[in-house]
Amino acid sequence: MLSAILIILAAIFYTGIINRTKSIASGRKGPGLFQHLSDVIRLFKKGAVYSKTTSFIFQIAPTIYFSTVVIAMLLVPIGNSKGLFSFQGDFILFAYILALGKFFSIIAALDTGSSFEGMGASREALFSLFAEPAFFILMGSLALLTGHTSFHEIFSALHLGSYTTYAIAALGSFVLVMISMVENSRMPIDDPKTHLELTMIHEVMILDNSGFDLGLILIAGYLKFAIYAAIVFNLFVGTIHYEYSIPLFFFTQFILAVFMGLVESFMARFRMSHNPQFIMALSSVALLIFFGVLLIIGKFI
Amino acid sequence: MEALKLFLTIPLIAFLAMPFMSIKWRGIVAYLAVILNAILSSYIAINVLGGENYQFIFSGNAVTGEIPVRIDALSAWFILIINFTILTGGLYGIYYMREYLTMRNSITLHVTAFILLHTALLSLCGLQNSIVFLLTWEIMALSAFVLVIFEHNKVSTIKAGINFLIQSHVSIIFLLLGFVWVAAKTGSYDFLSISQFTHEHGNSVSLVLFIFLFIGFAIKAGFVPFHTWLPYAHPAAPAHVSGIMSGVLIKIGIYGILRVILLQNTNLEVIGYIIIAFSAISGIYGVMLAILQHNLKRLLAYHSIENIGIIGLGIGIGCVGLGTQNLIVASLGFAGALLHTLNHSLFKSQLFFSAGIVYQATHTVQIEKLGGLIKKMPQTAFLFLIAALAISGLPPFNGFISEFLIYSGLYNWLPSADSGIIITVIFSILALVLIGGLALLCFTKAFGIVFLGNPRHQFKHQISEASFGQILPLYFITALIVAIGLFPNAFLTIVSKPLNLFIALDQNNTSTSIGGNSEILQMISFSFALLLVFTAIIFGIRQMVQRKHAISADETWGCGYTGETKKMQYTANSFARSYYKLFRFILLVFKKEKTVENVFPRHAEFESSPYDKIEKLLIDKPIQSIRFFMGKFTFLQNGRLQYYIIYGITFILAIIAIPLLYEKLLQLIEILKHL
Repeated sequence: MLSAILIILAAIFYTGIINRTKSIASGRKGPGLFQHLSDVIRLFKKGAVYSKTTSFIFQIAPTIYFSTVVIAMLLVPIGNSKGLFSFQGDFILFAYILALGKFFSIIAALDTGSSFEGMGASREALFSLFAEPAFFILMGSLALLTGHTSFHEIFSALHLGSYTTYAIAALGSFVLVMISMVENSRMPIDDPKTHLELTMIHEVMILDNSGFDLGLILIAGYLKFAIYAAIVFNLFVGTIHYEYSIPLFFFTQFILAVFMGLVESFMARFRMSHNPQFIMALSSVALLIFFGVLLIIGKFI
Repeated sequence: MEALKLFLTIPLIAFLAMPFMSIKWRGIVAYLAVILNAILSSYIAINVLGGENYQFIFSGNAVTGEIPVRIDALSAWFILIINFTILTGGLYGIYYMREYLTMRNSITLHVTAFILLHTALLSLCGLQNSIVFLLTWEIMALSAFVLVIFEHNKVSTIKAGINFLIQSHVSIIFLLLGFVWVAAKTGSYDFLSISQFTHEHGNSVSLVLFIFLFIGFAIKAGFVPFHTWLPYAHPAAPAHVSGIMSGVLIKIGIYGILRVILLQNTNLEVIGYIIIAFSAISGIYGVMLAILQHNLKRLLAYHSIENIGIIGLGIGIGCVGLGTQNLIVASLGFAGALLHTLNHSLFKSQLFFSAGIVYQATHTVQIEKLGGLIKKMPQTAFLFLIAALAISGLPPFNGFISEFLIYSGLYNWLPSADSGIIITVIFSILALVLIGGLALLCFTKAFGIVFLGNPRHQFKHQISEASFGQILPLYFITALIVAIGLFPNAFLTIVSKPLNLFIALDQNNTSTSIGGNSEILQMISFSFALLLVFTAIIFGIRQMVQRKHAISADETWGCGYTGETKKMQYTANSFARSYYKLFRFILLVFKKEKTVENVFPRHAEFESSPYDKIEKLLIDKPIQSIRFFMGKFTFLQNGRLQYYIIYGITFILAIIAIPLLYEKLLQLIEILKHL
């Protein structure tokens, strides 16, 4: 349970830090560190407008999307502390339960009958399809390296290895950070601040959500950031004592948030047609990791 | 003995009673016969799963020899799967067929074939005499053919039916070759002689035998590249028949493959790799084509190919696990395959049944013409959604459980695999992940376009929900889908019975190794329960919060555009477009286009139809060249009676002359030899 609490704590700051980094980098005064939270609270206090075209799917989808992210969060360990559910192959459940949320957000977008939201839905389905193999190959390589198949066991065994595991971890964290950018629809895949619906992915899917539902979707996004950052943290830290691991955890989250803020400040969004290539490249990096692992354990041909 | 006699008598009585019934009752009588037989066979099957194997040997006749009927746990598992789908399908079918009651002859033929199909499918699970097995296989193929061509006045239906019939017989040829080969070498038609054959002839010869039998069964199961009949037959058949075909008919191919593996028990590692290769390709290729389909039932048919691929992956992993004495991998693989066989029969029949309801309500299965059905048919939409989630392998439904078992098999295999083979494992994982992602894309499209949004077409008739009786069987299936998802351990205990047969193939083994997995599945079902509870709580909070605030309904936000937006909705084609553009090198789409020209455009049209590249290469091209070759001889068929009489006379003369000449020829050769 400790991991869940830490992730929630980190999620409170994460998006704020990204926003602050962006505003500092562009020389603006910018929103405060907790502006995104007051946005959500404001949304919770508001009423909602529902499209006449929508059905019950649109009503339940944000709730399901939010709860899948929460359950996925419960699977992630931090250092010594296991996730609430920890078993062999829990990362498979992690990926599939997030996919369940994605399924619902896609059909909710189609439920509105809007041409723009359909566009976002189609893109989201395609891009998440490409991001998934990278995650599974990465976990496969780590499973091969450590001989375990659950998040907690893999990560506890990982730090025992040589320096080469850190090289693997560096590549792995690159893959995970990129996956988290795809999953959260951030730069360079998607620009959350764009004003043109034709170029959006995630934002255009939730055009018709308002009030409480929109609040849930936003919180789920904040949580997702912290969840992926927590997995990246796990790649490096292993089972060191809490005194060190908890500060390190927040440090990692901070670094990653600043990194994302900088990427968003200094990079332009890719052309939509280049996105699949970019995401496929992630799978190739994951395969590279896999071959690296094969080299380490001496099974390479 | 008594049970088997009764089993054969029930359909017979039903056939005899048929002429004396009014047309309405014929379906019901047939369904009663099916129920009785299902109860009988399920009773035997449950006893078998309880531990006592069932065996009876008919004396047979001079041609067939003894006809053994042996029902072990594997047969019992398939018998139960068949019975469930046929029972739900039959009940659904009674309501589905109400619209066709005027077609008296067709109905009678249809219900008769339905009983025959059920009896044949069940018998195939027990019969262990290859001649009788093939005869029953033929009965199954023919009765399925009759069921498919119910709407035989449509050209496309007849074409699909004949395609199915021909490919079924290609399958029979391969099986026949395999069985006759065994019989010629061992002198017995008993299935046990396959084990004997393998024992006597060594590994490489048995592998050839396996490949013959595998191709025979793979055609029925629909492995790529033997799948081309499937996307035609499924859409052409009435919905309950498509559901049954996809749910259990193709599974009999899987049963056959599993049975041969049990009997042969050799080359397991090689066999495993062969099956994995076929399955990975089937899985990915099936779903890749499914996404492009704009005919709902054809889309589902391609998904059957995908799911056969997933089942095959499980079987392949299981075989390799057995071959390399890695029993954990073996048990995970086979358990995943066996459970996915059940799972697929559930959600696929449910999808076909709900597609049938859509068809009867709207008279079309063209996805592009549908839309917004969820408001008119909320129950059907809900049931379709459940099945769509399950088939995409998403939690908390049954598809996830079996896919999870197969994933676990692969990940457990990784550490122990050798260097070259490790690539196989990682690519199998990759295949499974891609299948999952593509299935998600496909079913968000299918559900989203058919049931959500605004109607894309103005129908002249009213669209309404089907009657309760027709929807009722779908609720039964849904109950089982949810039950397997939430309580996987209960079902894993049943699966462990047929699983033990495979594990027992390994001589060094003492106990089954499914034990550790039950804890894992326990954890998974806990997390599912938490997911459901948590969702319910959040939803409750949402309702409470929203009660305090103003909730209003308005038009969909059109980004400033306020005009008519129904025609601007995303279509199935546009949803799949970016996917198609990426994978164009594998896919094949024919386009017919008349573009807009000049300043005052008159008429423009665009039509695209997806086609199967493998079918083009493996079926169409050879047929074309055969046709070209045969075309050279059309001058013989000139329609003049005189010529035909000459042909007849030539033929008769040849028949008389050849033996005589043969004698002479032999003498000539003798003389030559003397010289």
